[in-house]
Amino acid sequence: MAFFTDLRKVLQQNIREYGMWIALFLIMAYFTITTQGTFISSRNIVNLVNQSGYIAVLAVGMTLVIVIRHIDLSVGFLGGFLGAIAAIGMAQWKLPVYVVIPMTLLLGVVAGLLTAFLVAQLKIPSFVASLAGWLIFRGAILVVTESTGTIIIPDKAFNAIGNGFVPDLFPAESTFLPGIHKLTLILGMLAIVLLIFNEINSRKKKQAYNFEVLPMNLFILKLAFMSVLIGSVTWLLAGYQGLSWTAVVVLIVVLLYNFIASQTVLGRHIYAVGGNPEAAELSGISVKKIIYVVFGSMGMLSALSGILFASRLQSATTTAGSLWELDAIAAAYVGGVSAAGGVGKVVGSIIGALVMMSLTSGMNLMGIGISYQYMARGAVLAVAVIFDVATRSRGK
Amino acid sequence: MDSDKQDISSSGSYPYRHNDAAESTPVLEMKNITKEFPGVKALSNVTFRVAEGEIHCLVGENGAGKSTLMKVLSGVYPYGSYTGSILFNGDEQKFSGIHDSEKAGIAVIYQELALVPEMTVYENIFLGHEIRKNGLVVDWNETIKQAGEMLQKVRLDVNPATKVKDLGVGKQQLVEIAKALSREVKLLILDEPTAALNEDDSENLFNLLRDLRSNGVTCVLISHKLKEVIGIADSVTVLRDGQTVCTLNARKGEVSENVLIKHMVGREIDNIYPRREHVRSGEIVMEVRNWNAYNPTIGRNILKDINFSLKKGEIVGFAGLMGSGRTELALSLFGNPDGFRIGGEMFVKGKQKRFTHPHQAINSGVAYVTEDRKGDGLILIQDVKENITLANLQKIANRGVVDKNAEVKVANEYKSSLNIKTPTVEQKVGNLSGGNQQKVSLGKWLFVQPDVLILDEPTRGIDVGAKYEIYTIMSRLVQQGMSIIMISSELPEVLGMSDRVYIVSGGQIAGEMPIEEATQEKIMQLATNY
Repeated sequence: MAFFTDLRKVLQQNIREYGMWIALFLIMAYFTITTQGTFISSRNIVNLVNQSGYIAVLAVGMTLVIVIRHIDLSVGFLGGFLGAIAAIGMAQWKLPVYVVIPMTLLLGVVAGLLTAFLVAQLKIPSFVASLAGWLIFRGAILVVTESTGTIIIPDKAFNAIGNGFVPDLFPAESTFLPGIHKLTLILGMLAIVLLIFNEINSRKKKQAYNFEVLPMNLFILKLAFMSVLIGSVTWLLAGYQGLSWTAVVVLIVVLLYNFIASQTVLGRHIYAVGGNPEAAELSGISVKKIIYVVFGSMGMLSALSGILFASRLQSATTTAGSLWELDAIAAAYVGGVSAAGGVGKVVGSIIGALVMMSLTSGMNLMGIGISYQYMARGAVLAVAVIFDVATRSRGK
Repeated sequence: MDSDKQDISSSGSYPYRHNDAAESTPVLEMKNITKEFPGVKALSNVTFRVAEGEIHCLVGENGAGKSTLMKVLSGVYPYGSYTGSILFNGDEQKFSGIHDSEKAGIAVIYQELALVPEMTVYENIFLGHEIRKNGLVVDWNETIKQAGEMLQKVRLDVNPATKVKDLGVGKQQLVEIAKALSREVKLLILDEPTAALNEDDSENLFNLLRDLRSNGVTCVLISHKLKEVIGIADSVTVLRDGQTVCTLNARKGEVSENVLIKHMVGREIDNIYPRREHVRSGEIVMEVRNWNAYNPTIGRNILKDINFSLKKGEIVGFAGLMGSGRTELALSLFGNPDGFRIGGEMFVKGKQKRFTHPHQAINSGVAYVTEDRKGDGLILIQDVKENITLANLQKIANRGVVDKNAEVKVANEYKSSLNIKTPTVEQKVGNLSGGNQQKVSLGKWLFVQPDVLILDEPTRGIDVGAKYEIYTIMSRLVQQGMSIIMISSELPEVLGMSDRVYIVSGGQIAGEMPIEEATQEKIMQLATNY
C-alpha cells in the first residue's frame, strides 16, 4: 500500500511537529472521557480560552525572545502593572477606552525597549536585566494600587474584551439552527474555504517550480483533517455564544506573529540571530536591532496580556501578574522552543499553552487538588522537553 | 611548582623505533567495520591496523569516513551501532561509550578542544579524574605537582595555575595532550591537530609526537596537510568513500604527495591551481590608505598605516602568519563588527567609504567569507537554502515577505554551479562535510553579487578535491570581473592563486610583490619581519 508507506514516512519525518498536536488531542480526549464529556462542552472550551488568553499572548512573544537566546522575566508584573494603569486611566482619569488601550500598548513597547537597551547596548544578561524589571514592576503595581486597593473598571467596552462575545448577525431565535451562533459558523466556513484555496494555490506554485509536493491522496487527507479540525472547533464555539473577543484577540496575535516569523525577512533575521548571532551580524543583520524589535514586541504583548486579564476580572488587583512569566515560558518549552536558540515556532507555543491550559481546566473539572495539579503540570513540562530533545537528534 | 625537574624529553636526535606495520603485532586492529546512518553507508568493511609504537596517519577527503571511524573506535558510536570487530591490546573491545575507551587507554584529541577555558591548566589536566586524599577532597598540592610533570613531558613551559583561556591554541593543544598522558594513554588519536596552528607550533607538536613514540605511545593522526603527513608518518592509511583504499609504509618510501592524492581522489590531479592569465592593469576597485585600527578591549593598535589596492579581476593574496592582523584588517574594512577605533581612508569603486556595520559593506558590494565557517560563518542548525539567501533576503522578498519558492530555486542554482554535495537544499548545513559547508558559505556571498570578495582562509580544513573546486570557482569569478582578496596561511595556495601578494606582519604591510617575484622564502622572511 503506497498510501500507508507514504503516510508513515511523512509522519516519521515530522514527528516533532505532529507530536504536539497528538499530545493535545490525547489530553483532551482523556479529560473528555474522565469528565463524561463536560470538558469538551462548548461552554468549557470557551471559558478555557477566555481564562487563559493572557498567557497565550505572552507565550507567543516569549517564543521569539527565547529563539534569540534571551529570556524576559519581567513580562508578568509588567502586564499586571500596565493593566492597573489602564484601570486607573479609565476609573480615575476618565480617559475613553480607545485612548487607554493604545496608550497601554505603547507603554508596554517602551518598557520592552528599556530592557532591550540594557541587553543590547549595555550587554547585561537578559536574565538579570529582566529580573530587575520583575522587581521594579512588582513594586510599581503595589504603588499604584496602594491607596485604592482593587480598582474597579467602569468601562463596559473594555470589560467586554475579556467577557463578551462577537454579536451574531442573525437573531438567535430564528427557526434555522436555533441556539447556534450563525456568524461564527460563517466565519469558520470562510476559514476552511480560505485554507483550502491557499493550500491548493501554494501546491500549484510549487509544481510550477517542479518542486516535490505531497502525494495527492495525502494532500487531500491533510486538507480533510484540517477542515474537520477547524469545523469542529467552530461548531463547538457556535454551540455556546460564538467567538469571544478574547479568542479573536488571541487569533489575530497568533496569525500575525506566525506570519512574521515564518514568511517575512524580519522573521528570518530573528531566527538567524538565534541560530548564530556572530554569523548573522557578519551577514549584515543588526543583532541589536533584532533585540530591540523582539523585546519591544514582548513589552507590547505584556501590555495586551495585562489588558486581557484586567478586562476579564473587570478590575485591576494588587496580585495581577504573579507567575505569568513562568506559565508563558513553560508553554513555549512545551511547544518545542529550544533554549540553545534559533528553534521554535509560534504555533508550537500556542499548542503548548493549550496543553497546559487543558491540564488545568481538566483537572479542575475532575476535582483534583491544586497541589497535585502543579505536580502534573511539572511532569508534563518535563516529558514534553524530553520528547523534544529525543526527537531533535533525528528529524532533519 | 617546577621544582623537581626531570628531563624526559630527550635532547638531540630522536631514537626511532623501526617496527614495521606488517611485521610487528598490531596494537589496534579494526576489522570489517561497517557503520550506517539512515540513508548513508558511512563506512563499509573498513579495515584499519595500527602497529605498536608507530605514528600512523589517516588521510582521505572530507566525508571519506575518517572521523566516523575514530568515533567508532572511541565509543562515541557504541558497540552494536556498527558491525565488525575492534581488537585493542589483543582483546576484543566492546566500548559502550567514551568512558570505556578511555579506560582501555585510547584518547582522542579533537579539532575543537575539550578544555574548560575558565579553569586553570592543572584543573583541566585532571578534570574528570581528580587526585583525591581521603577519598573525598581534591588534593590540590599533588594535582599541581603532577600537572607540572605532565607539562614537562609535553614540553610546555607555562605555570600550571594559568587559565586555559589565556593560552594560545597551540599551547592549549599541548595541555590536551598532557591531559591524555595523565591517564596513561596507549593510543593517542589527533584529529587535524595542526589546522589552527602556525608552522612553529606544528613543528613543536610533531617533535613531541616523535618523543611520545619513543616512549611507547602509539599515535593516529588525521590530517589534510599532506606535507605534514609525509614528514611524520611511519605508515599511512587512505580512506575513500567509506572504504579503505590502502595502507602504505612510509619507511619503505611508498608515500609521496602524488601517490596520496591519487589514492584519496581516485584520479590524478596534475595541477590543482587552474591556469589563467595574470591581471596586470585595470581599474582600481578598492583602495585603502593609511589605515589604522585600535582595539579598545586589548588596548593597543592592531593595524598600523596599511596601504593597499585591488584591481578589477585581480586576486590579491594576503600572506602572513596566524595572528599577524589579516583577519582584523578584513573585519575592520567589512563594517567593523568588533568596534575597533579606525583611522584612515577607504575607497570602493572610487568613492570614499567608511562602513559602520557589515550591511553597509554588503550594500556597497563588499563581501567577506569568514575564516571560521562554523563559528561565525554559517548557521549550522538551518538548512542550505536559508544559509545561502541570508545575506541578501531582500532580493527574493516582496514587500518584506520571503518568496520561498524563489528561495529554493536560487539555492538549487548555487547547489549545481558550486557542486554542493547535498541530497536537497533542505538539508541542515551542520550535516554537510567541511568542503561542502565552505561551498555553501561561498554561495551565500556570491548571492550578494559583490564586486570585492574577501576570502579568509578559503580552503582551511578541506580536502584536495574540494580545494581544487574552490580554486576553479575563484578563477571563474575573477574572469567574470570580480576582485578577490585572499587571506591565506598556506604559501603554495598564495603562490598558486594570486596575481599579486601583500605580506602582513605585526599589523603592518611588510611587503608587496607581483606573483612572478614571489617565493616561499621571500614571503616567510617578510612575514616574520615585525
